[in-house]
Amino acid sequence: MIAAVGKVYEWEIAKLLAQKRTYLGLISAILVPIVFVVVLVLQTGGPNDVPLGRYIRDTGLAAPFVVLFFMSIWGLPLITALVAGDIVAAESHNDTLKTILTRSRDRGQVFAGKVLAVLTYTFVVVFAMGLVGLVAGTIAWGFHPLTSLSGTKVSPGHGFGLLVASLAVYFLPLAGIAAFGLMLSTVTRNSAASVVGSLMFALLMQLLGVLPGTESIRPYLLGTQFEAWHGFLRTPADWVPVIRAFWVCALYISIPVAAAYLVFLRRDVASQ
Amino acid sequence: MNDALPVSARGLVKLYGELVAVDHVDLTVEKGDVFGYLGPNGAGKTTSLRMLLGLIRPTEGSIELFGRDPQVAGAKALTGVAGFVEGPTFYPYLTARRNLRLLAAYDDGDSRSRIEELLELVELDDRGDDKVGGYSHGMRQRLGIAAALLREPKLLLLDEPTTGLDPAGMRDMRDLVRRLAGEGITVLLSSHLLTEVEELCNRVAIIRKGRIVYEGQLHDLLATAATGFRLRSPEPDRAKALLLAQPGIGEVTSVDGSLRFQADEEAVAAFSIALGQARIGVTALVPETASLEELFLGMTEGEQKGVEEAVA
Repeated sequence: MIAAVGKVYEWEIAKLLAQKRTYLGLISAILVPIVFVVVLVLQTGGPNDVPLGRYIRDTGLAAPFVVLFFMSIWGLPLITALVAGDIVAAESHNDTLKTILTRSRDRGQVFAGKVLAVLTYTFVVVFAMGLVGLVAGTIAWGFHPLTSLSGTKVSPGHGFGLLVASLAVYFLPLAGIAAFGLMLSTVTRNSAASVVGSLMFALLMQLLGVLPGTESIRPYLLGTQFEAWHGFLRTPADWVPVIRAFWVCALYISIPVAAAYLVFLRRDVASQ
Repeated sequence: MNDALPVSARGLVKLYGELVAVDHVDLTVEKGDVFGYLGPNGAGKTTSLRMLLGLIRPTEGSIELFGRDPQVAGAKALTGVAGFVEGPTFYPYLTARRNLRLLAAYDDGDSRSRIEELLELVELDDRGDDKVGGYSHGMRQRLGIAAALLREPKLLLLDEPTTGLDPAGMRDMRDLVRRLAGEGITVLLSSHLLTEVEELCNRVAIIRKGRIVYEGQLHDLLATAATGFRLRSPEPDRAKALLLAQPGIGEVTSVDGSLRFQADEEAVAAFSIALGQARIGVTALVPETASLEELFLGMTEGEQKGVEEAVA
């Protein structure tokens, strides 16, 4: 079973690597922090009203955190949806599901391979963006101690550790958007509708988070989990948002994935 | 697996809302058959094949491939089974070789080692590194055969394998199917090309509006449509007089310089001896039967109801 899923996963990754949209997403994730740093180098002002924004020229370590904040609104959801919304719909569009489903792999194994491939892509996008942002920021402003959200200084090594942990937690809500995109991709069999739908879902989650009267549900909205990494940048670390992000995102991931799995398992594979 | 029928479908029904795509279809394909599945477009051939391959779920009925139900056993039911429906499809952004490697990874066993051999068989070895997106229809059909053979199948399900091919491509595809059948592979071939079915198949099923109107041996089907015999002779008047005098021969008519008559085979044999004894020359003495095309059109267009009733 694991070996079979592994083979499907391997070829799902190979297929992603052969498609332009994958590179479009990856290159966007890499270019955004570079452009961001270049613009700040050329200008005198800064994003002072966002977390760590006022320290951005103090150390390159601050750059990826600030980029994370801006990209959570629609940039990374769009980059994620680009692939997640396409991964099943493209099979319908190319009529290739019938090709792979008449071999020796069960539908569940094929689906599992696709889920893992989407999550891998999402993970790579987040870490590529964060690490490129760190490199670009370090080139521009050096690798110096980071000022935490509590105002304490954090050594560069510790700051790097916090960045990796933050990227890992940031991956969780993005995986929730990927799962939603995968579900739309499976249900609608239409790539464009799935990409747009996923982006709309991400924006709706953000919008709900800022509407008055939503305070009671705000901690459980997917958009809120994009800020869970702030907990790492407090002294001492605030684990409450981090732990909540784990279980809230687990729900946002598992429910659409389970729904997509059931649809994928039972769907009739007929021509479009 | 060896004793079970390659295909056994009973009471297959597929409904799409109010539309009955397949209506209580029974199909039996025996080991070694080259089974022709005939029907006009939209009759339910492809829907039936998709159900056989587990791609769509029957509304009613049961399917067994070598004794395994695809809806119960999943991919395991397709062990020893390969083929394609509505034309083979591949990832257009991958090369033919990469597509076959991908499919080999989706198969059990060591099918990857056969890729080069199969590309050579379908004469795509020199184009194996080209992306499939740039392939012609015929090249994709050939690659589809290679992809199917990668699984070393005991049963091949081919949906209209020669559709869209040029005459040479059709000939090559038929030669390949004949060769595979000669190697012991059971073939279920859906087609609306009657010459193809007549040339390749030993058994046929004809489907019309989702229902099977005939299933059985092809020669039995053709035999049901025997319409008599035709004689051509340089001496038609003497030949006609002899015909009328022969026992067991009736309904003698002259049509376009030929004599047409009804008789059983024994009476015709006796008549041929009588012709020789009477020293009457013969240029043709042939049985006249309706072609498969005439039978097919009769069954699928609602004409020749007598024939349909006779064979149903």
